[in-house]
Amino acid sequence: MVETPSRERRLDAAIGNGPEDRERLRIGVLALQGDFFEHIQMFKRLGVDALEVRKASQLAGLDGLIIPGGESTTIRKLIDLFGFAPELASFVGRGAALWGTCAGMIVIARELTDPYPEPLGLIDIRVSRNWFGRQVDSFEDEFEFKGIEGGPFLAVFIRAPVVVEVGEGVQVIASLDDGKPVAVKAGNVLATAFHPELTNDPRIHEFFISMAREASAARSARDG
Amino acid sequence: MDTTSAPGAATANGKAHARAWREGSKPEVGSWREKSGLAQMLKGGVIMDVVTPDQAKIAEDAGAVSVMALERVPSDIRRDGGVARMSDPDLIDGIIRAVSIPVMAKARIGHFVEAQILEALGVDYCDESEVLTPADNSFHINKWEFKMPFVCGATNLGEALRRIGEGASMIRTKGEAGTGDIVQAVTHARTVLGHIRKIQHMDEEELMTEAKNLGAPFELVLEVHRTGKLPVVNFAAGGIATPADAALMMQIGVEGVFVGSGIFKSQNPPKMAAAIVKATAHFNDPDALAEISRGLGDAMPGIEVNKMADDQRMEKRGW
Repeated sequence: MVETPSRERRLDAAIGNGPEDRERLRIGVLALQGDFFEHIQMFKRLGVDALEVRKASQLAGLDGLIIPGGESTTIRKLIDLFGFAPELASFVGRGAALWGTCAGMIVIARELTDPYPEPLGLIDIRVSRNWFGRQVDSFEDEFEFKGIEGGPFLAVFIRAPVVVEVGEGVQVIASLDDGKPVAVKAGNVLATAFHPELTNDPRIHEFFISMAREASAARSARDG
Repeated sequence: MDTTSAPGAATANGKAHARAWREGSKPEVGSWREKSGLAQMLKGGVIMDVVTPDQAKIAEDAGAVSVMALERVPSDIRRDGGVARMSDPDLIDGIIRAVSIPVMAKARIGHFVEAQILEALGVDYCDESEVLTPADNSFHINKWEFKMPFVCGATNLGEALRRIGEGASMIRTKGEAGTGDIVQAVTHARTVLGHIRKIQHMDEEELMTEAKNLGAPFELVLEVHRTGKLPVVNFAAGGIATPADAALMMQIGVEGVFVGSGIFKSQNPPKMAAAIVKATAHFNDPDALAEISRGLGDAMPGIEVNKMADDQRMEKRGW
């Protein structure tokens, strides 16, 4: 916020953080409903203390926010009940990093093929809920990710959505054999149809940390 | 929590059912990770008993994460007496068609054919439930045999770990269903969570004898010792009738709540449903809870569990 990088570096030096931990990244996980705890655990493994976000006022101090898996109708409802919708729009507007997983992807999409819930329109994709069917059709499979090294990533799909249409400037990072995207990125917004937080593979969380780091650096530069 | 492998891994190995959802690929379907993963998605949420598609819609609109499709809510089962069985497939189908959230349904304890039917109907989670009349006096369903995940009730840690050993990927306290009295849900949650804390602090030498005393699989006792929690998601059920009841259970340490008769036996079900959803999300915020609890009308009429005859208690069913 008002802290300059140099001051933060001094602070880190004082508490003994190595240069790799230098940035005080502020990442939050929307903790209204769903598997927010699993995301927080994954960030902890990566040395980042992620915050449980339950109030819209907490967004102001963050460089990155995850909207986790859960029930999209429930999360969407609670977003309105607790006044998150306008705050999320300005969060993305100011360049902070946003990542929606599964239900989170549904909630941040521009449009759904389904009658409800009403998405927030934070990334230009059209999404179809429960694309693969019911719980008995949930599955896991390996996918290649553009821009993520180290071989295929095991993706867990639980009553998962897919992206059926992407707008201009939306980059497809992973897709099904038939070409339907399951991971997309547009600027500072990332969306995945599956649950990296339910695996032991931290690469997509690392990828998001680098997005949040860019947001943090841009903010520091802007705030002088 | 480590959701990547089944607790007591040996039990799950080679038992996951694989099925290709599209030509030319063999993704794994019905794995432990998917089953327990769906329960992870329900956390911090409210699962509501519904008996009609209209009620299911009210529940979904109020923000329920899932609905339990039933012919009668527990308080009516209690009133009517007789043998309580799985619901009619037509009713379950109607509820599945009415909502986009996952639909659960109950099978009798040990009645694996009712469970097979529920799986064939596309039910997302099966509750092997003491609210229905048990079909087997000694054995529960072997839940590893199913692609469909199971939730089971427990009154203590041994019971919870036995159910997980049989393949349950979600646990709930039994409470005393259909009473609107929270006391048994509190008792069971405290019993389970207190015992977990005790095991967490035991010496490793003590664990085998503890497993013997609990009647629980040793591997699962080891895992509880190591992680300090159940290997699966743990909800409260039975007797939750108000937003404060839901928040109480959350503060005691469960990860979500089932509300049975508490919604649709209250004076204003849509209002009560929405209030319990809000209270479960903001369980730790007394100011929010005070607002949420205002003007909800009457909660369901209750029965005091401590004055009930022993043979009226559903919580005692299960082995």
